[in-house]
Amino acid sequence: MAADLSRLGVKASWKDLTEGMVIAGAGTSRDFHTGEWSETKPEFLEDKCKQCLLCVPVCPDSCIPVKDRKRLEFDYDHCKGCGICVKACPFGAITMEGVE
Amino acid sequence: MGKRERLSGNEAVAIALRQINPDVFPAFPITPSTEIPQYFASYAANGQVDTEFIPVESEHSSMSAAIGASAAGARSLTATSSCGLAYMWEELYIAASNRLPLVLALVNRALSGPININCDHSDSMGARDSGWIQMYAENNQEAYDNMVQAYRISEHKDVRLPVMICQDGFITSHAVENIELLEDEEVKNFVGEYEPENYLLNPECPIAVGPYAVTDYYMEAKRAQAEGMRHAVQVVKDVAKEFASLSGREYGLFEEYCLEDAERAVVMIGSAAGTTKDAVDKLRADGEKVGLLKIRLFRPFPAEEIAEALKGVKAVAVMDRAEGYSNQGGPLGADVMAALYRSRSEALAVNYVYGLGGRDVRVEDMEDVFAALKQMRQDQDPGETYRYLGIRE
Amino acid sequence: MSYNFKETMNKPERLAPGHRMCAGCGGTIAVRNVLRGLHEGDRAVIGNATGCLEVSTFTYPYTAWEDSYIHNAFENAGATLSGVEGAYKALKRKGKLDAVYKFITFGGDGGTYDIGFQSLSGAMERNHDMVYVCYDNGAYMNTGIQRSSATPMYADTTTTPVGSCSSGKPQNRKDLAAVIAAHDVPYVAQTTFVQNFKDLHVKSEKAIYTPGAAFLNIMAPCPRGWRYAAPDIMEICRLGVETCYWPLFEVEEGKWTLNYEPKKKLPIEDFLRPQGRFKHLFKKGNEYLIEEFQKEVDRRWEDLLFRCSR
Repeated sequence: MAADLSRLGVKASWKDLTEGMVIAGAGTSRDFHTGEWSETKPEFLEDKCKQCLLCVPVCPDSCIPVKDRKRLEFDYDHCKGCGICVKACPFGAITMEGVE
Repeated sequence: MGKRERLSGNEAVAIALRQINPDVFPAFPITPSTEIPQYFASYAANGQVDTEFIPVESEHSSMSAAIGASAAGARSLTATSSCGLAYMWEELYIAASNRLPLVLALVNRALSGPININCDHSDSMGARDSGWIQMYAENNQEAYDNMVQAYRISEHKDVRLPVMICQDGFITSHAVENIELLEDEEVKNFVGEYEPENYLLNPECPIAVGPYAVTDYYMEAKRAQAEGMRHAVQVVKDVAKEFASLSGREYGLFEEYCLEDAERAVVMIGSAAGTTKDAVDKLRADGEKVGLLKIRLFRPFPAEEIAEALKGVKAVAVMDRAEGYSNQGGPLGADVMAALYRSRSEALAVNYVYGLGGRDVRVEDMEDVFAALKQMRQDQDPGETYRYLGIRE
Repeated sequence: MSYNFKETMNKPERLAPGHRMCAGCGGTIAVRNVLRGLHEGDRAVIGNATGCLEVSTFTYPYTAWEDSYIHNAFENAGATLSGVEGAYKALKRKGKLDAVYKFITFGGDGGTYDIGFQSLSGAMERNHDMVYVCYDNGAYMNTGIQRSSATPMYADTTTTPVGSCSSGKPQNRKDLAAVIAAHDVPYVAQTTFVQNFKDLHVKSEKAIYTPGAAFLNIMAPCPRGWRYAAPDIMEICRLGVETCYWPLFEVEEGKWTLNYEPKKKLPIEDFLRPQGRFKHLFKKGNEYLIEEFQKEVDRRWEDLLFRCSR
């Protein structure tokens, strides 16, 4: 059974911690919003996008969701604004302050 | 029904493992435990077990692989001695903190240096704070019986901690003695099927093992781990009781030998307890009120029960087959003396370091210890509380 | 194996966001794309040596992994996965498990080339059915950019600092892919991030689905340790390949294949110049250091061509 993260905050009692600190379940890091790390974010200009998807594999933070072979808007809850995708786009469909 | 055999301690433990038929056994040879994986490899080679035997390239890897296998949901174990245990040191802590059921067949041997292949307890004593349950044997029968009980303790839902089953190098591991074995079916039924709760190979729910924990969590994690140790005492007793109904052989947290009315007592671990029993018998025949407390469960340490058992004793010698380099004695001495102090005991107590690197302990040596206790009582003074037994000055 | 880029990108993500690797990290780019080599429906157990990846992707209680995951310690990722794979075999044999699992472990160059080398060598030699992936960023980045045996010659690291008597790391990097190939495992490959990741994807899929032990060495730049502008990672990797500093090759059942040969081999300066860790090489009077670096790149490249032409 998947662990209930709501009981595992930093104020949790030792009795509430999962046995052996094992977390049953997957991808619980989604609850941790690394998007707060940076103010500067890439902008997705959908009208310029050709859906080539070259921005998808280069994202270190899995922040470019793909559905039905098309990329969607950035996951700003987690995007750290590294700017790699800006350089990977051949069509100028991603812009970010400070990245040419 | 049991069957009588003549076996070395290593073969007895290997047979227990064959009867248990664990899932994964990674191992690396080191004297004097080498025979355990050797015997087991031949069982695997002849189809007597369907265990995955993994001959790894080091002890660090044998414990690492055993941890991986246990986390994956398999019943696993390894065997080692001395420097092999030292080499897997960090892994001992990881196995325990992950709350992994796991067994280590330890054959006690001196740690280097100088390099020495014979018995003392410096290897396992150094691991006493690693979070493992430690059980010790006096002879091959006890080593076998402890191994049969090991997984029941380790896998118990209130415990889920690794267990170290210790026997004395060469003295127990290689000496052939009479032994009574259980039938294969009896062991299989006693140990039962392993049914892990959360495990890596659970198709219903993936898990993540071995996190980074910040300060907010670390201390709570260690406290939660200690809870398993607190439960272990009762579980060890319960499993022993069930084992007694199967085998007729009774075990507790420790053995009391002529202790009931004893005024002087020795507390010790392992094979030298047999020698001490001979000394006790001899002195008892002369009307002397002497006795022995032989530790079976060293971690967790049954301090209250030991203090209770020593209640009537006026003078105690705690025997350590390991140095502590505290200038006070060894680890067992520290624990027993603390237990006596906490129980407000007024017994005089001394701590002997003995038997290092296979140094022989004779009946006369133990008689000398009892004589020293007698002197202490007469003087009402323990004198030097940190002593060496059988050392050339 | 054919490569359909869009279908590959359309696969479910197996490394969730919310992990705490630095912005622009090459390590997680490697992980995400290796995991895309898994076929949908197949499960995996992921191993991980201690390092940036481990402390950042499983910070209690947050795991970024969609598959079962085990971190044990720094030097034993190979042995730990050996045990997991052993458990899989045993449980299958005993009829206790139906599902198909693949075993993939990740380590940085510290956990792979250095402290975990024995454990890796053992796991490879025993030919466990697993893939060991090294995300090679050429130094101990987690502890603050100390040299490793993967660090290139002359790199400025915190334990090989450039000073009045030092030009950075005096030694060449260990050629680990060749060392593992010498274990005679079924599959070894070296790759990095180029173009549409075809090279990395195809090699990952082969490594995962080749029975027995496989090793992938992936150059995964670290913007902090290498001191280049984070958005430039793809260009850094391209220059690594075009200068023949980081050749793309694979070794299948002992047969070496060069996967890419630059039309015109670029001078090594092109790879070194954008990286702050090599800044001192471009000071006047240090031209000979670049010449020596170039000589070593050339020697290794010729050696690789020879191996691949047999």
